[in-house]
Amino acid sequence: MTARFLLAPATDTQITHLGRLWLYAFAALALVFLVAPTLLIIPMSFTGAGFLEFPPRSWSLRWYIAYLDSPEWRDATLVSLRAATLTMLLATPLGVAAAYGVLVVERRTARAIGAAISVPMMMPAVLIGIGLYLLYVPLGLNNTLAGLVLGHVALTLPYVTLLVLARMKSHDPRQELAAQSLGCTRLRAFLLVTLPQIRYAVIAAALLAFIFSFDEGVVSYFIATGTGATLPRRMFLSLQFGVDPTIAAISSLLMVLTILLVAAIQIIQSRGGPRRKA
Amino acid sequence: MSVAEMSTRGVAVEIAHVSKSYGRVVALDDMSLSIRPGEFVTLLGPSGSGKTTLLMILGGFVRPTTGDITFDGRAVVRLPPHKRNIGVVFQSYALFPNMDVAANVAFPLRLRRLPAPEIARRVAAALDLVRLGGYGARQVHELSGGQSQRVALARAIVFEPDILLMDEPLSALDKKLREQMQVEIRRLHDALGLTTIYVTHDQREALTMSDRVAVIAGGRLRQFAAPRELYERPADAFVADFVGESTLLPVARMGAGVALQGQALRHDGPVPDAAALVLVLRPEKLTFAAPGANADDINHLPGTLRGIVFQGETVLYQVALGDGGEVTVRDLSRNEPQHAGLFPGAAVTVALHRRDTLVLPA
Amino acid sequence: MTDDRNAAVHAREARHERARMLGLALPALAVIGAAVVVPILWVLYLSVLDVQGHFTLGNYLVLATEGANLSVIVTTLKVSLLVTVVSVVIGYPLTYLLAQLPPSLATICMLGILLPYMTSVLVRTYAWMVLLGRRGIVNTMLVWLGITDAPLQLMFNTTATVIGMVHVMVPLLALPLYATMRAIDHGFLRAAASLGAGPVATFWRVYFPLSLPGLSAGTFLIFVTSLGFFITPTVLGGGRVTMIGQQIATAIATYDGFGVATALGVGLLAATAILLGFAMRVLRLDLMRAP
Repeated sequence: MTARFLLAPATDTQITHLGRLWLYAFAALALVFLVAPTLLIIPMSFTGAGFLEFPPRSWSLRWYIAYLDSPEWRDATLVSLRAATLTMLLATPLGVAAAYGVLVVERRTARAIGAAISVPMMMPAVLIGIGLYLLYVPLGLNNTLAGLVLGHVALTLPYVTLLVLARMKSHDPRQELAAQSLGCTRLRAFLLVTLPQIRYAVIAAALLAFIFSFDEGVVSYFIATGTGATLPRRMFLSLQFGVDPTIAAISSLLMVLTILLVAAIQIIQSRGGPRRKA
Repeated sequence: MSVAEMSTRGVAVEIAHVSKSYGRVVALDDMSLSIRPGEFVTLLGPSGSGKTTLLMILGGFVRPTTGDITFDGRAVVRLPPHKRNIGVVFQSYALFPNMDVAANVAFPLRLRRLPAPEIARRVAAALDLVRLGGYGARQVHELSGGQSQRVALARAIVFEPDILLMDEPLSALDKKLREQMQVEIRRLHDALGLTTIYVTHDQREALTMSDRVAVIAGGRLRQFAAPRELYERPADAFVADFVGESTLLPVARMGAGVALQGQALRHDGPVPDAAALVLVLRPEKLTFAAPGANADDINHLPGTLRGIVFQGETVLYQVALGDGGEVTVRDLSRNEPQHAGLFPGAAVTVALHRRDTLVLPA
Repeated sequence: MTDDRNAAVHAREARHERARMLGLALPALAVIGAAVVVPILWVLYLSVLDVQGHFTLGNYLVLATEGANLSVIVTTLKVSLLVTVVSVVIGYPLTYLLAQLPPSLATICMLGILLPYMTSVLVRTYAWMVLLGRRGIVNTMLVWLGITDAPLQLMFNTTATVIGMVHVMVPLLALPLYATMRAIDHGFLRAAASLGAGPVATFWRVYFPLSLPGLSAGTFLIFVTSLGFFITPTVLGGGRVTMIGQQIATAIATYDGFGVATALGVGLLAATAILLGFAMRVLRLDLMRAP
């Protein structure tokens, strides 16, 4: 069975699986390189020792308790949760509206809008970070939730817009025309016909905006200090002073959150594709 | 609800000087059409001719650059689609996959806030009308192409629109189903008395279904006439070529008449006032005559038989005339061609009655 | 009916309609303008002011003459180039294989790309600290295997910085490349094979050129992101590998450093803009199709 698989052609040029074993091995190693380092943190975070080791010689929840007992970590977590929630709630409708606008205007205008919306994706985060910091100095917006959310909404808008736009493009525009001829205004046609069909992409975009904001560390490094510090900013400062096992606990929690959201997005996306007849 | 109850008085549609340009590209150029109440009118043209643009303008989905449109004298050109009371059937059906069949058909009625029992009654009646009674609970993706088309039709007529617009509704169906649906759509139109405007690029479909056909090319109206008139008396070479099969041969002016390769042609009616002229030859209007035959009413064109194509009920003969120019003669396959002395290479004489000698501006 | 056949009315309504549709994108554009474009312009403006607020090019002169800043720029370019090359070497074969797997298996393997992509850069940087530290897993293994007697200094150098950054960048290449490779019609490959092209020729002459749009989009994203990368080099470089992002952050922390910080920022902006222009013209990068 195995031998037959190995000798079966794997490509259009009749290379056998055996002839590509090196590729399989290489890809497996690459995937281990990508996934293993972060996953290893999870068991290590349960160590009972005062430092991290693998495998841990004793197990405890002491670093999770340390995290929850620390008012600084707790405050930073709350700031990040608030910012991520507000970013999601603002970026999603703005991104959906922008995607619809890009879809219905003439092509040259659409390209211009699309390019403008992609700008935050192309610009180095450090540059946006110092720019916002220097701009917020006279405006008094540094270390405020409003200032942070404004920055995060701008940073997440390209991702939200492009994700929703990609889904809208595979949606038959005649459906909205049909709805209008049947008695809908343009807005109602969108709400009653298009939105229910692209809802999974919209939810996925919202989750993406949430996690992006929650994990964002560069811009918030510059504009969210003191009591307004976000979780990633505190982690960054802590990392510069060495390997604090509390961060292992926080990282593990973040990993679990990320895995849940990625799984949710994957499930949502696989259910959300356009239904096509064979 | 019976068919009689659903039938609406048709609405007269007046299209006056409608143009549409996209930047420098002119999609529609000064289009004017008067459509009678209850009429079945087809907009026929090749792709890119502007026929769909005109339909989209009628539906209110596209704003014209100039012009006016009235339904029964009522100006509608500035109204959005949802205030025009028109049913539209799209090529892609545009059924809503997030609703089942009944909900799709009920959609326009719900928007009009009809009471639930009334909606149920009308949906059932409309589905019966398109022969899909009992399909209400089906999901849209479970339907075949033909069934989807019927649901789209039911949804477009259930709210008693003034006008029914159809944009190449049958082009995604196979030939047999398409011919069957052509009959059904026409039957529905006759039963409801709805003014129907139908877009297609299939000239046979246009001739089969319509009361009148508007031939459109390059954004301009070429001819607006009943199917037989369109076929027998095309306005110009384009219409003659596009509608039905034909061969166009250039002819020259000779005195008061015209000549083909130096041979004067007998024909009825005046010669069109145009710089270049063509002779339109329809395969079924041509026959073979004995060589050297002569008659006052017949043009005799000598040539050589090049090939014979057996098509079942008919046979096509390809004949090369004197100085180039190949014409096709269609005959019913009653006899073996060889019995009539017809074989490739044979010298033949093609006969054309002066009544069928059609000279048009090129 | 009027003489102009309603042309004026139609034109006016078409304008209103267009304005309404543009209005939909306006809030998003306004936010991006306020929180991204204006701040960048602000940096540009501040970079030509001295401490008193007068026009000066002195900040750029400091940049050009101070050896420390020059070495930062060299380090930045060196590390970015290295990261880009290593990421492509790892990412291209990996994605090549993933794009040929049956869809169900590919979806599972893609999690190996999506998961790191969505994981916080801080978590990932921390993971490498833990792995490469003196008491980290790598050192433990090396000692256990008897390769070294005492733990090695694996962190706070270029290698650690590059490893940490490559870990972040590979998904940036893999995602657009995967989309491009999945869309390649294998009919071309069969045609090439039937015409006598061997596996190597088929790959280089047919498959590779078809995968170029995804490769160039990914390579561009990696290089531009690397240039401004900040967290990973700061932590894993530990002050010994200073890239431009860290230099900017350090400069801004001191009031006097505003000028140099903004000038460095403008340099970063210029490098990004040049690369963007190159990518859009030469590589025909289409931003709307990037993930």
